[in-house]
Amino acid sequence: MEAFKEHVGFVVPLDRINVDTDQIIPKQFLKRIERTGFGEFLFNDWRYLENGDPNPEFVLNDPRYANASILIAGANFGCGSSREHAPWALQQYGFKAILAPSFADIFRNNCYKNGILPIALPAEVITSLSQEAQDTEGYQLMIDLEEQSVICSDGTAHTFEIGDFEKYCLLNGLDEIGWTLQYEADIATYETQNPS
Amino acid sequence: MKKTMYEKIWEAHLVRASADEVPILYIDTHLVHEVTSPQAFEGLRLNNRKVRRPDLTFATMDHNVPTTDRSLPITDLIAAKQMETLAENCTQFDIPLYDIDSPEQGIVHVIGPELGITLPGKTIVCGDSHTSTHGALGALAFGIGTSEIEHVLATQCLLQQKSETFEIRIDGTLPYGVTAKDIILAIIGHIGIDGGNGAVVEYTGSAIRALSIEERMTVCNMSIEAGARAGMIAPDDTTYEYIAGKRFAPKAEDFDAAVEHWKQLPTDEGATYDRTLQLDAADIAPQVTWGTNPGMVTDVTGHVPDPADMATADEKTATEHALAYMDLQPGTPITDIPVDRVFIGSCTNSRISDLRAAAEVAKGRKVSENVSAMVVPGSQAVKRQAEAEGLDKVFQDAGFEWREAGCSMCLGMNPDTLSPGQRCASTSNRNFEGRQGKGGRTHLVSPQMAAATAVTGRFVDIRKFS
Repeated sequence: MEAFKEHVGFVVPLDRINVDTDQIIPKQFLKRIERTGFGEFLFNDWRYLENGDPNPEFVLNDPRYANASILIAGANFGCGSSREHAPWALQQYGFKAILAPSFADIFRNNCYKNGILPIALPAEVITSLSQEAQDTEGYQLMIDLEEQSVICSDGTAHTFEIGDFEKYCLLNGLDEIGWTLQYEADIATYETQNPS
Repeated sequence: MKKTMYEKIWEAHLVRASADEVPILYIDTHLVHEVTSPQAFEGLRLNNRKVRRPDLTFATMDHNVPTTDRSLPITDLIAAKQMETLAENCTQFDIPLYDIDSPEQGIVHVIGPELGITLPGKTIVCGDSHTSTHGALGALAFGIGTSEIEHVLATQCLLQQKSETFEIRIDGTLPYGVTAKDIILAIIGHIGIDGGNGAVVEYTGSAIRALSIEERMTVCNMSIEAGARAGMIAPDDTTYEYIAGKRFAPKAEDFDAAVEHWKQLPTDEGATYDRTLQLDAADIAPQVTWGTNPGMVTDVTGHVPDPADMATADEKTATEHALAYMDLQPGTPITDIPVDRVFIGSCTNSRISDLRAAAEVAKGRKVSENVSAMVVPGSQAVKRQAEAEGLDKVFQDAGFEWREAGCSMCLGMNPDTLSPGQRCASTSNRNFEGRQGKGGRTHLVSPQMAAATAVTGRFVDIRKFS
């Protein structure tokens, strides 16, 4: 996994609550056996018209946000299906971080495994950052994971919570399976004591 | 120290738990299907890792499989490739597979309990959010992503933070025509689709105790639709009777010993939960969703809501989006909404008791000429049982299509999809935009309500249906 330490990027606001993973990556793209190639289908049904042209109404198609790498969205982002294709699509599109008032549990876990940082901030902060991103052409934010802080260009900082282990994994691009396997002896002991 | 059932199962499965580390949880059973596993197996190969416990891993094909004649070749070549890949992976890593031609094939959450793989007190995971279904037997079961599938394959463990506990207590007697599906839809309507975030829900109370195991599965299945990590129901005599004799369940003295162990699992008298909610079964009516998530739901006697009545600006916008997508006007009575399609199936409602309930409504009646309706059994075993009881004939005589087992139009990964603009009464679990086909409009209901809706061509209050 790619490490995440610090990121500065353009911001795109997606003004919707309860964005489900069926919207992030619709089911017709789940038939692939590879881990790559999902970015172009991110938000497919919102992003493209029936004839395949970009939907001009959808925010990702607004040229102002063409190079965004930070997504701001409404509460409970990533609800529904456990498909990890959702964070794969977000990451392969170019997103490094998602800011929202809250996230669905499985989606949030899946993000951490893929080097994407899900950042929960109070709803009023999200609303204000989202407004800034709409009002200010080329609006950028800086994310400092070590400091657990989202920093605006005027220097305002918003701190966020993250579990110590998730933080450690992201900062170091840790292979979690390798981490667990260092305790192979504990697993073997458990299996001996709890035969199935 | 009084403990909840979740805490007991959690503690019994800790391989390693020290204060400054994320706990390592042992996984007793890992269920695998074709859609979310290929990249996990590929990861094992790339890192030269093996499957630690193929004997605790079970695979089937359900999401992609066609539900039409299985003797014909699969026309979707990408789906076929994904199924082939699962078969190759199961061969390479020595994992038992119930493939498309197996008499045991079916939706992973239907066959697990059916085969006696799902047992009380177990930790069960699967790369599918509806893994919460298995909690109906008193297991701790939850959905995981593909990276976690790889983790479990390689280590038989997961790195997991403990969840909060949430008791949802339903006492009283369910009124006539009100089902387990209506219980869970009413709960989601009450707490919202993020109301269970961060928590494992335990369903308790006399109305839950009175449910059959299959009905309990319907309730636990949709825990994830309230955002909960898992849903569970304490095992009792109903559970033990259900398990007895199942293929992989313990037998004879082993079964008796297992029951003694399972009896220790229920939450201790006086244990406390982090959150609680109480509902009265008598207050629950048949439910119909009107919007684009399962929390957008109302009584069948209700109306499509007005965005102006929503409590927050976000909800108002979300409701406006939903009504535009669903092509519904505020104030429309639910029973005035006509449908084009009816789908009876999915891991929520495709078991034999669901099909019996729907068949009882369909018997001697005809599907409306404006409606195309299909029944998709949850497994080949359910299909065989239904056919032995003549339910296939009842459905076909009424004008329903009778299909092979699979996930089918719950998510429309196979050819079973809605066309743009079509409206469907569905016994599945998600009414998200495009879920059953791009531009399709889904209304979630119980099997009885779905069958009655097929007959009348519009939503109908099953309590008044005759």
